Amino acid sequence: MQIGLDIGSTTIKIAVLDEAGKLLFAKYQRHYSQIAENIQELLEEVLVKFPLVQAVHLAVSGSAGIGVAEDCDLQFVQEVFAEKVCTERLNPDTDVVVELGGEDAKLLFLGKHFDARMNDSCAGGTGAFIDQMATLLDIATEDMDAMAKEAKNVYTIASRCGVFAKSDIQPLLNQGAPKNDLAASIFQAVAKQAVTGLAKGRPIRGNVLYLGGPLTFMSCLRDCFDKILNVKGTCPENSLYYVAMGTAFCAERVVNLRDLPKQLATSAANRTFDHLAPLFASEDEYEVFNARHAANCVATGNINEASEVYIGIDSGSTTIKIAVISPKGELLDSFYQSNKGNPVVAVKDFLQNFYAKHPHCKILATGVTGYGEDLIRHGFGIDYGIVETVAHFMAAKSLQPDVDFILDIGGQDIKCLKIHNGCIDNIFLNEACSSGCGSFLQTFAEILGYSAEEFAQIGLFADKPVDLGSRCTVFMNSSVKQAQKDGASVENISAGLSLSIVKNALYKVIRPGSKEAIGKHIVVQGGTFLNDCVLRAFEKEMGLEVVRPNIAGLMGAYGAALYARERYEQNPKASTLLDATALARFKHQVKSVTCGLCSNHCHLTVNTFASGKPFISGNRCERPVTHCVPDNSLNLYRQKLELLEALGNEEEAGKLGVMGIPMGLNMYELLPFWHGFFSKLGFKVVVSPLTDKKICQMGQNTIPSDTVCYPAKLMHGHIKWLLEQGVTNIFYPCMTYNVEEGNGENCYNCPVVAYYPEVLNANVQELEKCNFFFDYIGLANHKVLAKKLYAMLSKAFLNITLKEIKTALLSAYAAYDFFEEEVRRLGREIIATAREQGKPIIVLAGRPYHIDPKVNHCIDRLITTMGAALVSEDAVSSLVEPKALATELEVLNQWTYHSRLYAAANYVANNDDMQLVQLVNFGCGCDAITADECRRLLEAKGKIYTQIKIDDIDNLGTAKIRLRSLFAAVGLES
Amino acid sequence: MEAHAVFTPEMKKTHTILIPSMLPWHFNLLRAALVSCGYKAEVLANTERAVVETGLKYVNNDICYPALLVIGQLLNALESGNYDVNEVAIILTQTGGGCRASNYIHLLRKALAQAGFSQVPVISLNFAGMESQPGFDLNWKMVKRMLAAVVYGDVLMYLSNKIRPYEATSGEADALAKSWLAKLETLFQEGKGQGLSNIQKFVKEMAKDFAKLPIVVKDKIKVGVVGEIYIKYSELGNNSLESFLQKQNCEYMLPGVLNFVMYGADTYLTDYKLYGGKLITYGAAKTAMWYLERLEKAMRKALDSAPFKAPASYAETKAMAKGIIGYGNNMGEGWLLTAEMLELAKSGYNNIICAQPFGCLPNHIAGRGMINKIKELVVDANILPIDYDASASKVNQENRIKLMLATAK
Repeated sequence: MQIGLDIGSTTIKIAVLDEAGKLLFAKYQRHYSQIAENIQELLEEVLVKFPLVQAVHLAVSGSAGIGVAEDCDLQFVQEVFAEKVCTERLNPDTDVVVELGGEDAKLLFLGKHFDARMNDSCAGGTGAFIDQMATLLDIATEDMDAMAKEAKNVYTIASRCGVFAKSDIQPLLNQGAPKNDLAASIFQAVAKQAVTGLAKGRPIRGNVLYLGGPLTFMSCLRDCFDKILNVKGTCPENSLYYVAMGTAFCAERVVNLRDLPKQLATSAANRTFDHLAPLFASEDEYEVFNARHAANCVATGNINEASEVYIGIDSGSTTIKIAVISPKGELLDSFYQSNKGNPVVAVKDFLQNFYAKHPHCKILATGVTGYGEDLIRHGFGIDYGIVETVAHFMAAKSLQPDVDFILDIGGQDIKCLKIHNGCIDNIFLNEACSSGCGSFLQTFAEILGYSAEEFAQIGLFADKPVDLGSRCTVFMNSSVKQAQKDGASVENISAGLSLSIVKNALYKVIRPGSKEAIGKHIVVQGGTFLNDCVLRAFEKEMGLEVVRPNIAGLMGAYGAALYARERYEQNPKASTLLDATALARFKHQVKSVTCGLCSNHCHLTVNTFASGKPFISGNRCERPVTHCVPDNSLNLYRQKLELLEALGNEEEAGKLGVMGIPMGLNMYELLPFWHGFFSKLGFKVVVSPLTDKKICQMGQNTIPSDTVCYPAKLMHGHIKWLLEQGVTNIFYPCMTYNVEEGNGENCYNCPVVAYYPEVLNANVQELEKCNFFFDYIGLANHKVLAKKLYAMLSKAFLNITLKEIKTALLSAYAAYDFFEEEVRRLGREIIATAREQGKPIIVLAGRPYHIDPKVNHCIDRLITTMGAALVSEDAVSSLVEPKALATELEVLNQWTYHSRLYAAANYVANNDDMQLVQLVNFGCGCDAITADECRRLLEAKGKIYTQIKIDDIDNLGTAKIRLRSLFAAVGLES
Repeated sequence: MEAHAVFTPEMKKTHTILIPSMLPWHFNLLRAALVSCGYKAEVLANTERAVVETGLKYVNNDICYPALLVIGQLLNALESGNYDVNEVAIILTQTGGGCRASNYIHLLRKALAQAGFSQVPVISLNFAGMESQPGFDLNWKMVKRMLAAVVYGDVLMYLSNKIRPYEATSGEADALAKSWLAKLETLFQEGKGQGLSNIQKFVKEMAKDFAKLPIVVKDKIKVGVVGEIYIKYSELGNNSLESFLQKQNCEYMLPGVLNFVMYGADTYLTDYKLYGGKLITYGAAKTAMWYLERLEKAMRKALDSAPFKAPASYAETKAMAKGIIGYGNNMGEGWLLTAEMLELAKSGYNNIICAQPFGCLPNHIAGRGMINKIKELVVDANILPIDYDASASKVNQENRIKLMLATAK
């Protein structure tokens, strides 16, 4: 008898074969990290079925199987290898295997050029991700397939990593996008992620086999793969058990089935893992801790005796919270529930209930905050909207008037506010990539079979909390996996997760130099802090005592109510909230449409309420709302784009033919140079258009490195576009050095901008068929440049002379200088106009390619519609004296683009009417340095540093919060 | 900007220079080289988890992992109480290229200030003339001794990696390497053993000693390890990759450090050719290359006796990259990484682990970016890129290595 055990991250599968390889028995079950116990159960079942069996051939496989194999001295078969063996035996004509597992995605190319790939650590488009999304949609995973079948519309969802996808889906949900559509969009994102992340340029053709849980159970997911791959794949019989069967086929070592359970039990007791000190040394310590925190209570009152109230609503990413307060600020009533993907229903239910129960209670004013602010405000006629950070500050201040530091860890967000002189002085918000928040704890609790409350409780007295480090959820999954392998108990995992959440917030988001830097009067809030493990971990890690209000989870709503009260007291007027009669007629419809007013083709979600006027969300500009063309007069990003677009593509054919230039990365600055150069030489220059959805997708399957920055990834699409036009000459040189502006100690490009053409050359196969000019050149030395260009071009264009090149270069340098001067001039004009009109000026600091609307996700328009003038970093960087800047810097200033950032930060720091917002791409290693330095430069002058991290996440929710917080903190928000 | 702590000439006598660890053989010899020039120096040995935690605390978590580890290790040492923080200095290499690594020293200074150790002077070890310190004189004598340390280190690493998988008595190869290390350290501290002829003589003796160790012929999977320099060499960085491979029945090969030094000098020549520049820099680099080539020749000649074979020379390795990736690609490991993968693949180490910090910028290009191309050229190349990071889990990394080994060709 041959037995294969496939011990994965979430399930165990067993396959029992006879000597001929026939499957006698197979079963799978979730192991909830109780691995030894579950194996024993399964083996006992085998023994019951086959009572005469003793010695068998047995092997184990799977990520959690490694530890088991080591401990019990069993044969280990790598799971992908097992899959290969099984497929070759059962489906020998297979060319490619796609398997999605719990936390791994695998792709196997079979045959002569065998290759196997597994997802990198930063990729979550897997089974666990689908589970997580189902939780988010508040549906059973099993129902997703049926729902996806009914989908009418598919949204583009960032697919690089599960956390990213989540940040796209959550706001769509809050805007009221239909769940059917979301289910289908999730499947599509999973398929896209798996294919692009794993194929890395190798085409998937021929007979495709689908294996693993998600692909077995969800036909729509299979359809998505079929569509993306343009094949008709098959899902074979026993598709769940291929790894287990392959392992069984490979099993050579003889094992006594009756002894194995004993062995498992002893080994489980002997394993070790890195651990931290326990949270509480004794129950007494916990009692003292509890007593201290029990004192931090908000004043309450009786709702039934109230005649006038204020209501605050916090429509968060996953939950909805409502606070009813008296004019004295006492909390009268509260409401807290999961928004089940539709905050509108929750609010409506609450209000109806309120009107029914308290018909004589007058609602003086209402306030709303959170992701769903706009929708709820519009739907119910809420009086005031308030940005979350300010709401939390108001609530904290009411409890601890001297508060100087607030840390709020909610379901999705970490918000951290520093307070100075009664004003918000600094704001830290987490990135999608560090989202170790409440929902993350909850998801883990569920995976391990507990409710969030139980999970918190069991961690309190854990003896050895697992040391899990502090990174994003995806990394955390594998750390937990490792801990499970090492035999950590659920108690220790729970405590370890709490500690990691705190470390994540402290060292990834806030990064205080010392505990003194944090503050003296600290308030911690947000639902996550209701978990005593998290609270204790924070106090222990910082060695401080903090205040946690008893309504920690309700603080946003409470703050919104206080805000409504403040506004009402300043200016008493009748509330616009829907009254009981209007509410009875309340109707809400959601429709999704694609906006056709520009090439951006935004997916709009249109919410229609009984009141009539539709509420549109998902738009990138005001056009679908106002039907006016957006105003670019105070937007340098757009004006720069217009300058570049004016260069355009000539109609006439060039005497030397066509030269294609991909529009991305440094071309956003050097296009004038190269356009000038090649036009003068006698080429018709064809520039790829602004990035659109199609271009994004075109190059996707040729990207070799998943973790490279988004702007670099787009280059693949631009090259493909040029090739599709039949362009046979493409120019995109490698450039170690950038233009020298005298602002730094050197003038490098970052490694990606410098050498990305190499990646394109090595991975876009069709480039072989054309002249791809990507040699190494530099612009500083005119003579050397002329020679290099001559050497490069004369190979393909025999008639070109060095003299012609030299002449053309003169035009090129002139065109570049003109462009740069024009940008500075336009910048000066915008600044002057803004100053005249008293408008705030935002320096949106990034790199030249950040003006691509697909890269910046129209954050520029968002800023201008908020009433500010916008200029780019290069509009002000030349206004700083390089020598003066050099004495301020604490880093090696060696990249041209980044030198501009430092200069811009320095300039903004010294100008009261300016604020700096830095755009940072995920994976931009250089910005790990620049961000800290820009922050330091600004904070040294008492300014707020705001950073917006961007990738292919299309949603602007967090960007909006950041910007509004900034505006509010500097007193610009009404 | 506040003034940095200065390493004054007086400190030569009073201060111990702390060296972060990376490679056991090379760095102990580098220490001996420093001592022979009149400095007090010590290589750090703290490698526990607390190093990572300290790093996470003091540097931006998005910075590359090596920076986090090096800074973590140094601060962890300073915080340990084992040193008088008023009598230590720190030495760190600074490459000066377009990669983030050139900024480590600044990040270290920021971290030192944050942790309250701003009195600790930081010495930058570089050949580009950056950040000079009055008390630290990087003269020709010292450079020569350091280069000798690199050569001996490479040889010890090469020989022990060749013999270890097959040794009849486990532990013999390492014991022999250690005894040689001790011998060389003594010689170094006396200022001996660092000239070309001495190098040739001692390397020959080493090769002879290693050849004498009894071996058993066994079937081993041959694995090459390349990648970002710190991660590929440092067990702290790569979760003890070498000992894992040893347990998995592998013979593994790591290209030497001398290659990287030569690549560094060669960069100046390439840049001059591509972009123009100062003739004097070109001349200096040319001279450096001349000396390095002589060193290399001496080493290779001494190593070229059975059962050993001299590893590919820098020039041979470089030639392999021709037409695959441009020599102008020289940030981080640049084209050298691609060339080393090709060299390993063609010399029988076709199972290759490309170890890099998560999000390493140059390796997007020269590492991951070139894999398809290398596979086109060497059909049986079996290349596995692995990212290392403070929280990347060892079990995932090892599982992927196991996959590579299971499908080894």
